[in-house]
Amino acid sequence: MSSNPQLNANGELQHLLSTEGLPREILLQILDTAESFAGVTEREVKKVPLMRGKSVFNLFFEPSTRTRTTFEIAAKRLSADVINLNVAASSQSKGESLLDTVANLSAMQADVFVVRHASSGAPYLIARHVKPHEHVINAGDGRHAHPTQGLLDLYTIRHYKKDFSRLTVAIVGDVLHSRVARSLIHGLTTLGVPEVRVIGPQTLLPAGAEALGVRVFHDMRAGIKGCDVVVMLRLQNERMNGALLPSAQEFFKHYGLTTDKLALASPDAIVMHPGPMNRGVEIDSPVADGPHSVILPQVTYGIAVRMAVMSIVAGN
Amino acid sequence: MKILIRGGRVIDPASGRDEVGDVFISDGRISGSKGKAERTIDARGLVVAPGLIDLAARLREPGYEYKATLESEMDAAVAGGVTSLACPPDTDPPLDEPGLVDMLRRRSKVLERARVYPIGALTVKLAGERLTEMAELAEAGCVAFSQANAPLADTQVLWRAMQYAGTFGFPVWLRAEDRWLAHGGVAHDGEVATRLGLPGIPAFAETIALGTLLQLVRATGTRVHFCRLSTATGVEMIRAAKKEGLPVSCDVGIHHVHLSEMDLGYYDSHCRLEPPLRSQRDREALAAGLADGTIDCAVSDHTPVDEDQKQMPFAEAEPGATGLELLLPLALKWGAERKLPLATTLARVTCDPARILGVQSGRIDAGARADLVVFDPAQHWRVVPEALKSQGKNTPFLGYELAGRVRTTIVAGNVVYEA
Repeated sequence: MSSNPQLNANGELQHLLSTEGLPREILLQILDTAESFAGVTEREVKKVPLMRGKSVFNLFFEPSTRTRTTFEIAAKRLSADVINLNVAASSQSKGESLLDTVANLSAMQADVFVVRHASSGAPYLIARHVKPHEHVINAGDGRHAHPTQGLLDLYTIRHYKKDFSRLTVAIVGDVLHSRVARSLIHGLTTLGVPEVRVIGPQTLLPAGAEALGVRVFHDMRAGIKGCDVVVMLRLQNERMNGALLPSAQEFFKHYGLTTDKLALASPDAIVMHPGPMNRGVEIDSPVADGPHSVILPQVTYGIAVRMAVMSIVAGN
Repeated sequence: MKILIRGGRVIDPASGRDEVGDVFISDGRISGSKGKAERTIDARGLVVAPGLIDLAARLREPGYEYKATLESEMDAAVAGGVTSLACPPDTDPPLDEPGLVDMLRRRSKVLERARVYPIGALTVKLAGERLTEMAELAEAGCVAFSQANAPLADTQVLWRAMQYAGTFGFPVWLRAEDRWLAHGGVAHDGEVATRLGLPGIPAFAETIALGTLLQLVRATGTRVHFCRLSTATGVEMIRAAKKEGLPVSCDVGIHHVHLSEMDLGYYDSHCRLEPPLRSQRDREALAAGLADGTIDCAVSDHTPVDEDQKQMPFAEAEPGATGLELLLPLALKWGAERKLPLATTLARVTCDPARILGVQSGRIDAGARADLVVFDPAQHWRVVPEALKSQGKNTPFLGYELAGRVRTTIVAGNVVYEA
């Protein structure tokens, strides 16, 4: 169990389960490959034949439209056949176990499984049981990881900031429940970002967050000061009124990104958000639509990054 | 049957006796004098000790026969050298009616293997609302009352339950866990849970409950045995409570003496336990507390789980580990790591739990019950599913080499297991 389940015997990417434990070289390989695909997505014929004849199964145990769609587009641009399975509504409700579902799909000759699951670690379980030629890509598991999102965030940061080694990055909001935050933090620390900050009320930060290699701030104004990159996290509706937070309004007042708070960051700071945004909860519209925002380019880069990941694992 | 166990290293942890000698068994008891033996067991090079007493072993009957049966688990017990065991009430239905307890006792008696001591449910269906008929249950054979892994949330009911049990002098066995703080959690709220994105159970879920329970012990005078301590602070609190003279004792699961949150690795569901594996500092405090006697004894917390229920994402996997056949080797491993005399190591799984259970077992002297184990402390074996008699093959130690293999187990003067 101790060896890295993401890498094959040659140290190449077999599955993409988490950005944690991935060597710097592999992260850079993915970003560089994505860059080479960025041109493809702007061409009139947006296809390359790298995965012709291969089957990509989108296995979503948790509903998602956006992530599933971007994986589908990415696979189609690589000329793969894409099969979308909304498992939440089918076999699981009939009592079939996770591993039985995967075994059945495996019997239909899959090459790549793109998995989203509400339970942290589920893609690890699947990766342990698939055949050697099959690859698993984690498309979000519980609060644990969302590595392709983390990678597209890294891609976006590199695109605008070029050099990771001088940056201060702030991640703001519900870090406790965020797989996006965890994946980005591991990627940033591996690529040598000297200061990663997390900002939020104590109720939304995990125990021992410092162990992830971040500085913890509870005061947004102090935390955002001088930052080159500000990543706002989505606050789930069900967490807005209860034991974690009294109200969305109070959250917005203290942690929502507004023009005046953003003014404390570096003058050329970029603002990111994994989407879907709650305007007026974690981010104010003038910021979301303003000159610092790179939220829509993130979506575009996401396709190139997912193409890169799929073509790399399928080629190994 | 008159049996002579010849030439073994005889260890009686209660008296500290540790010498090479013979043990003669007659009429189910250890005899002071030797007579003509009908059977001789050659124990040269082996250890002869009182049979192990395990204060927490789930036999899964009634209700969970698909996970394990009384037969399979009683086989596992004697194969592990366990001659007496207490079973928690979390069966289906729970042990909250005398009829169920009576049936369990009779079914286990027929099998003629380990002695079974049922722990009755403290509240009906373990629901934490209505007291069970404790006096009736005690008559049927319950030796104590417990909420198993369903901690009582309502402190009013808890207080009354302790008062009522105390009225009859029944001990109450409780796991200290604040139900609200533990709600939804599956791993120790710390570095590893943060990294793996698993919902956490903070250490103070244990110590807050422990604080409440200790106050109730002061208020009621009821004897409480704390089950499965998991935190360093908890060990400190028990140490202080004992110093104060409160009528308390406690145990630790043998897995928690060896493992920490670090062992979760990449979501190893075999490490999904209740209480959760905690930090390395906690593990060290538990191992030290067991050595200095603050923690009275180690238990297997045997919980057979079928493989389907473990082949799931960590949080969805059923908690628990098989343990009856690992209690002895894991206790020996702990004792060796702490450089304890073998008699001290064995005390924590023999005479110490016997004292808490209030039974006349766990010692080797004239007139004592002939419940014995003969084992080879140096024999290594690999923990593989085929090596385990228990129907539960679920253990974080799968694949490990452990030292200590049982050769012969004797209960009431009868050989019930031979390797």
